[in-house]
Amino acid sequence: MRKLRSILLTVTTLVAFGMGPSQAATPSNTFIIAKDIADIITMDPAEVFELTTGEIIANIYDRIMMFEPEDLQTLVGGVAESWDISNGGKTITFKIRPGLKFHSGNPVRAEDVAWSLQRVVKLNKTPAFIITQFGWTPENVDGLVKATDNSHVQITITEEFSPGLVLNAMSSGVASVVDKKLVMSHEKDGDLGYDWLKSKSAGSGAFSLKTWKANEIVTLEANSSYRHGAPGMKRVILRHVSEPSSQRLLLEKADVDMARNLTPDQVKGVKGNSNIAIDGHPKGTVVYMAANAGHPILGKTEVVQAIRNLVDYDSMANSFLAGQFVVHQAFWPGGLWAALETTPYKQDVTKAKSLLAQAGHADGFELTIHTLTNSPFPEIAQAVQADLAKGGIKANIVTLEGKTLWPKYRAREHDIILARWSPDYVDPHSNADAFAHNPDNRLEAKLTGVLAWRNAWADDASNALAVKARNELDLAKREQQYLELQAMLQKKGPFVIMFQQNEQVARRNNLQGFVSGSNFDLVFYRNVNKK
Amino acid sequence: MDQTSANGQREAGSGLTLPSNLVKVTGVLASLIMTFIGLTAITFVIGRLMPADPVLAIVGDRASQEVYEQVYLQLGLDKPIYEQYFRYIGQLLQGDLGTSIMTAQPVADDIKRFFPATLELATIATLLGVFVGIPMGVVAAVHQGRWPDHIVRVISLIGYSAPIFWLGMVALLIFYANLDWVAGPGRLDVYFDGIIEPMTGVLLIDAAMAGDWEIFQNALSHLILPASILGTFALAYIARMTRSFMLDQLSQEYILTARVKGMPESNVIWGHAFRNVLVQLITIIGLTYASLLEGSVLTETVFSWPGIGQYITNSLFNNDMNAVLGGTIVVGVCFVGINMLSDLLYRLVDPRVRG
Repeated sequence: MRKLRSILLTVTTLVAFGMGPSQAATPSNTFIIAKDIADIITMDPAEVFELTTGEIIANIYDRIMMFEPEDLQTLVGGVAESWDISNGGKTITFKIRPGLKFHSGNPVRAEDVAWSLQRVVKLNKTPAFIITQFGWTPENVDGLVKATDNSHVQITITEEFSPGLVLNAMSSGVASVVDKKLVMSHEKDGDLGYDWLKSKSAGSGAFSLKTWKANEIVTLEANSSYRHGAPGMKRVILRHVSEPSSQRLLLEKADVDMARNLTPDQVKGVKGNSNIAIDGHPKGTVVYMAANAGHPILGKTEVVQAIRNLVDYDSMANSFLAGQFVVHQAFWPGGLWAALETTPYKQDVTKAKSLLAQAGHADGFELTIHTLTNSPFPEIAQAVQADLAKGGIKANIVTLEGKTLWPKYRAREHDIILARWSPDYVDPHSNADAFAHNPDNRLEAKLTGVLAWRNAWADDASNALAVKARNELDLAKREQQYLELQAMLQKKGPFVIMFQQNEQVARRNNLQGFVSGSNFDLVFYRNVNKK
Repeated sequence: MDQTSANGQREAGSGLTLPSNLVKVTGVLASLIMTFIGLTAITFVIGRLMPADPVLAIVGDRASQEVYEQVYLQLGLDKPIYEQYFRYIGQLLQGDLGTSIMTAQPVADDIKRFFPATLELATIATLLGVFVGIPMGVVAAVHQGRWPDHIVRVISLIGYSAPIFWLGMVALLIFYANLDWVAGPGRLDVYFDGIIEPMTGVLLIDAAMAGDWEIFQNALSHLILPASILGTFALAYIARMTRSFMLDQLSQEYILTARVKGMPESNVIWGHAFRNVLVQLITIIGLTYASLLEGSVLTETVFSWPGIGQYITNSLFNNDMNAVLGGTIVVGVCFVGINMLSDLLYRLVDPRVRG
């Protein structure tokens, strides 16, 4: 008994010792973000295509061209000081800024810039298509992308593309400039440093990667000699907190400066807290439904048009989606250049019924909606299910994890998919190429990255206009062509585009300067400061 | 293990010789190998039958067919499932658990990081279950049908039936957000991250070894709440089982004899009845500890605790088979190890087993 008593005493002492809160506020030189960062699988800019890593590498690497946090609407030179377009728009020569240095201390050379692009093409990971569409292959890229001297890089495209589009693509993650000397010193078996760079960084941006512990933490350290000056925070920490309620508690207790994944209810809950501010950041993500055109009923234009008229967009946007999504009905997100902002559809059951009657389905039919398990997709699917029932369409809902849903979608095994899409880079071609351009609709063509193909839909007029806009040199004409293309897809095609995301970020109100742009990788930490 | 089998062991072991020891060791080894093969084979097959696509977990849903097929071949998914399995086992025998798709790290490194977090949590939770649950069970049995028994029953019922996710959130709200008694989610405040060199991965031990008591205090403050929540489940189970075993012993004739002979009641309860339930309790504690070592996904999620439960679950959802198999092997080893430890403890507490 005496032994038991002494053990109990020790345990009690230990518990009492452990009692006590953590630090009351975050350090003044550290920016701590609570976020679900489980999507991080690589830090290599040649492979990064996930939301969290997209924003991390935007802060680690300078790109050839960039949208800077001070003006997210204007494309400016990043590593490139200036550029010259020649050869009928097929050749662009970039002049590299003098005096830039990587985090390692190595100078940023024209050779690094050319090699970074060559490396992306040779490794050929998922995002490589952003630049391989210009006709670059592992075999020809060394000749088409080259440093002409110490301060100039020349790129030549073999396909017809607007130079504006090429410059926009040079602002995407794959155009991140990588420290060749450092990466190649870690090369193994000709892997161009791929294995090493998966978990390290070799950039010249505002921050460098200090640590990445998967599903736990990412720590970035400020680059005090950054070309725009030292960032406001010495350190940025992304802490993995998958549960939104836990994020809220941490924010309210000032153990983090920002919570990135709060649900609408939680946002409402913290609104009364005078220490917390809520910011809305319009994002490029659109939520859409897509009907498989290979389906005997859904392949009819009138049926998809009826569905467009059955959905009650406003009701959803004003209720459970409040603040986090706004109604948007074109494939290119609102607020961006060449975006079609009109929203021609509202719920009109009479019109929908008449369209169904025209298609020969006045008595309705049955279909399945496949969607993702995470909010808000199940909620939207349920609302749509109720809306479709008004037109006599019986919808069954199947929710699946992305890794299970995408194979079905890519194999055209769906009736209707309810999903999301965000641009790969800030040019309307990025979405036009996915929604409106399907050059080969055969099943064996397997253009699985193209949404139109996944929905077995191809249209000559849409294809032609997408290519025309892609190649157009005149900016005003190009804008007009994209507006026409979006209007065209509002009337025909398999897509019912419904909403655009408005990211709601909750922050301690002593923190300022966080910038989150329309695209997933336009998130900047360098201007963050604390009062 | 019940007393009958313990007696059986005593009889079989009464005349142990060197060859019979060898036979016993060989038997244990054979059973270990069979367990290992069964565990990995079943996990492998289940993983491959799941509809999730491991290639898409790597390349993302926007990948072109060319990129998709390139990774499909790299992962060896074009090979028959038995060939993939034997290739994995071949690697494993060379000490290579492979690389995780989701973390891009060697699975062995991931396990070194995630398992100690679970070990720390499960150990404290089990200790709580033992040091609070056993006395509660004994008190309930001794006062059967009276108010201490009812209180223990209600506490056990809550421990059993309250959703751990809900319990965790409520506890965070009360003890972290409102009372400010403990630290919030996570294993450590982020400012302390990376300060001490992880020797064992168990933060309390590492901090104590480094002599950094500030980090020790912080780690303990983070640990108390999740361990208590998880401990509630362990406590409920252990208390219920202790009560049941004790009731059985207290109704035996030798207890009546002891009382008639005027032995002090505390001696009757702790010296006689309790000693006789120890073997059964060791089994229960061992099973509880082993099940907690599998990791508790919900507790780990609410408390942002980077443990093996979340690691295996996330990996399973993404069909990251190297990670799933690596985690499964660790859990399997824990079960086997705890069983063996229980066998050793039987010998310590029960002279009949020693033979």
